[in-house]
Amino acid sequence: MRNKLLAFLPILTGCNIAVFDTKGLIAGQQADLIVTSLLLMLIVVIPVIILTFVFAYKYRASNTKAKYTPDWEHNTLLEVIWWTIPILIIIVLAVITWKSSHELDPYRPLQSEVKAIEVEVVALDWKWLFIYPEQGVASVNLVQFPINVPVNFKITAQAPMNSFWIPRLAGQIYAMEGMQTKLHIISHTPGSYEGVSANFSGEGFNGMKFIARASSSEDFTHWIDSLKHAPDSLTQERYEALAKPSSDNPVKYYSHVPAGLFMGIMMQYMDASCHQKTGMKSTDHACCKKTHGSTPDTTAMVDSTPEHCHRHPQE
Amino acid sequence: MFGKLSLAALPHDPIQGGGAASIVLGVIATLAAITYFKKWTWLWKEWITTVDHKKIGIMYIIVALVMLLRGFSDAGMMRLQLALSSGDNHGFLAPDHYNQIFTAHGVIMIFFMAMPLMFGLFNLVVPLQIGARDVAFPFLNSLSFWLFVVGAGLVNMSLVVGEFAATGWLAYPPLSETNYSPGVGVDYYIWAIQISGIGSLITGINFFATIMKMRAPGMTMMKMPIFTWTALCSNILVMMVFPVLTVTLGMLFMDRYFGFHFFTSDLGGNAMMYVNLIWVWGHPEVYILVLPAFGIFSEVAATFAQKKLFGYNSMVWATAAITILSMLVWAHHFFTMGAGGNVNAVFGIATMIISIPTGVKIFNWLFTLFRGRIIFGTPVFWLLGFLLTFTLGGMTGVMLSVPAADFQFHNSMFLIAHFHNTIIGGVVFGYFAGFVYWFPKVMGFKLYEPLGKIAFAHWIVGFFVTFVPLYIVGLMGMTRRISHYDAASGWQPLLIVSMFGVMIIGGGVAFQLLQIAYSVWKRKELADTTGDPWNGRTLEWSIPSPAPFYNFAVIPQVSTRDAFWEQKQQRALRTPDAPVYHDIHMPRNSAIGFMIAMCAGLVGFSMVWHIAWLAALGFLGVLGLIFVRSFDEDTEYYVPAAEVARIEAKLSGSK
Repeated sequence: MRNKLLAFLPILTGCNIAVFDTKGLIAGQQADLIVTSLLLMLIVVIPVIILTFVFAYKYRASNTKAKYTPDWEHNTLLEVIWWTIPILIIIVLAVITWKSSHELDPYRPLQSEVKAIEVEVVALDWKWLFIYPEQGVASVNLVQFPINVPVNFKITAQAPMNSFWIPRLAGQIYAMEGMQTKLHIISHTPGSYEGVSANFSGEGFNGMKFIARASSSEDFTHWIDSLKHAPDSLTQERYEALAKPSSDNPVKYYSHVPAGLFMGIMMQYMDASCHQKTGMKSTDHACCKKTHGSTPDTTAMVDSTPEHCHRHPQE
Repeated sequence: MFGKLSLAALPHDPIQGGGAASIVLGVIATLAAITYFKKWTWLWKEWITTVDHKKIGIMYIIVALVMLLRGFSDAGMMRLQLALSSGDNHGFLAPDHYNQIFTAHGVIMIFFMAMPLMFGLFNLVVPLQIGARDVAFPFLNSLSFWLFVVGAGLVNMSLVVGEFAATGWLAYPPLSETNYSPGVGVDYYIWAIQISGIGSLITGINFFATIMKMRAPGMTMMKMPIFTWTALCSNILVMMVFPVLTVTLGMLFMDRYFGFHFFTSDLGGNAMMYVNLIWVWGHPEVYILVLPAFGIFSEVAATFAQKKLFGYNSMVWATAAITILSMLVWAHHFFTMGAGGNVNAVFGIATMIISIPTGVKIFNWLFTLFRGRIIFGTPVFWLLGFLLTFTLGGMTGVMLSVPAADFQFHNSMFLIAHFHNTIIGGVVFGYFAGFVYWFPKVMGFKLYEPLGKIAFAHWIVGFFVTFVPLYIVGLMGMTRRISHYDAASGWQPLLIVSMFGVMIIGGGVAFQLLQIAYSVWKRKELADTTGDPWNGRTLEWSIPSPAPFYNFAVIPQVSTRDAFWEQKQQRALRTPDAPVYHDIHMPRNSAIGFMIAMCAGLVGFSMVWHIAWLAALGFLGVLGLIFVRSFDEDTEYYVPAAEVARIEAKLSGSK
């Protein structure tokens, strides 16, 4: 349906409308959804706009030939009609909404025969840190992944609230301190796509953007290799330096990342609440212990045995 | 002694300095003019201490229009910045200044332009429409107004002394917490909104009580004019949600001042709670604003089509449905927080359900015009412009309400275009229609219509030229609140078009100011001698223009909807009996509302700058004044019947 509509709107495709110029599965389905909801709404909107002009013109005071019924104030049939039509449209849209909210839930892993790639994302002031836990490397402001392979993003922040958005690949999800959100994408087309923060995070917000590069598997392997040969590894000191506010950061690679860095960043806010045993559900005890043991900065962590680890918005 | 306040708080940057200087000079010029024309006594007796709802309404509208100019110049600066700031050009505003400007723009337009314009119209119209002589609590009405003025004053003061918040208009934590925003900007934000917010809550209670208890005999709920209905629902929402705002900002205040951890990231705080709470207020807030606009359009449609409003019952039920639903949809402002499919779907569907009663209203307005005799007064142009733009804004609103689609719209310029589409097309057009419509009732002369129509043409054209490009750049991936972008983005041509659009709207504003000035100058020729310049239908048109201070010499008896229209029909059949006047019970003027607000302003200012002793002094002042007022027994007086008869004879003599 989207393609049909776009065929009528060459201008839109021509001037690079990111939301419709999709390069990934999720963004493609979201674009279809946008077009469907637009068409459903037009069923009412177009008649309203036409009627506005027609009635205003026809029933102008100077047109004394038009019928004038000053006391006509009610007609059950008409009112039933315009309660019913919007209700029907909204029922259709509600069904679509229910299904799409679940199918396109950013937390839902994508079906694929290929093993997904894990990427951990940290929004910092004002740059994006991407950690590849399986490869043990990291990069700033550039994330690369192979095409036709699902990418599982786990997202947190050590900064004000940001929103992780690659319009051509998928809709956005917030990045928040002490929280983990998730986004799953898959791209079919190689290319470099703009990624941004969609949520205002302070003075350096303009530069809070990155490149999302979808490539062939070979390219991706080469790229990971080049990261492994990067001069710097992401030690605790380098992480702390990186986390300090700075604007318009260039792309940077790190050859090594200590295990558990991401969890440590997320959990640094959690200790005290673990202490207080706030009554939140105790989940995944093992992970807490592991995190605690492998946290990059043990001095920052108050001595504690966290009761819970995963605190993400559903809870 | 002076807390954080020092000379360093004064502006250093030339642009900010210019803004500060224009505010200071404006205030000095105003004060000098009042002194030169020896108007201080008049100002004090007739305006500052007044409890007359009509005068309070006029003052609300004047301050709202001044703040409109301030908020609009912020908008102009933003559009100019974005038209320039591509690639190597970084525009003329530094990011921190730009961030303060968009924050101030949002705060001013909602809290200090739209809200006071709405309260101004409530004040002017509601008591007159229901046949009352004042609001239920005239003193509180004065207090509310002055609290609002103090809040607006704090926002403007932040331009001269210190800085304003650079966080966005809802000041999400953790950005608004002390570790990310250590300056006084967020504190100005908190105190300006807290003080005016308390005023809004009091007004909500006041008008709720007024509408429930002070309707003319015979005016049952289902005979109330639709504007009164929408005012009632709007004030119910104010009472429901403004306390949430006050508590939320109170918690943020405690985080910032006393090291609490309600919304911090650590020690068990949770910023997501703030986001929920602020939208529990924030979403109903937009319905607080738009419902009265719907009411105004209902009055305008019936009056100018010279026909009964179509589907009165539907209108009332639709209004009530919107009132309730508006409180059940707040989470659609953060589908992107990761709440999961079930939560998102429920809030998304609840949101789109609101479009059903709204759609019904639109058809009812259309069928009020159908088979009418439409007189094309200025308010009708605003009505037609509303039907066109608001329908489109509603359409994009429903598109945004589909969560999976919202992931691609959220916080993009598409969203910005959408809510300006509904707020300008709905709220602003509505209030302008109401302003033109009721102006003669209060001022005694009409606004010069040709200039109003030219202003409308600028607004409608300017609106589309400004915001259609913003819809498109949003779909191109441009997010809100950025002040610079890459040349390769391809956004610049559209943003330049958008800047021209805002200039066209600026032309509209200029014509409106010209219209007011010209109409004041030509007020003799434009005088409304009948009290009923539009062939109106409701009770406010049954009394002379400008309305006498007691409104109704004789409280009307109501037996039908469109009470005055029916009176006119009856009068054509038989001459009414000569009126019998009685003593009229009226409230006395009081300076205490003004003084309480000034003390509250002192509290606000000294809290912003951490001057504890001054804050304590101001707070004691507030308490002391409440104490004094509580023991003042002499707050009312009677206008003798003979005096009423004399005034009425003079008014009818002048016709």
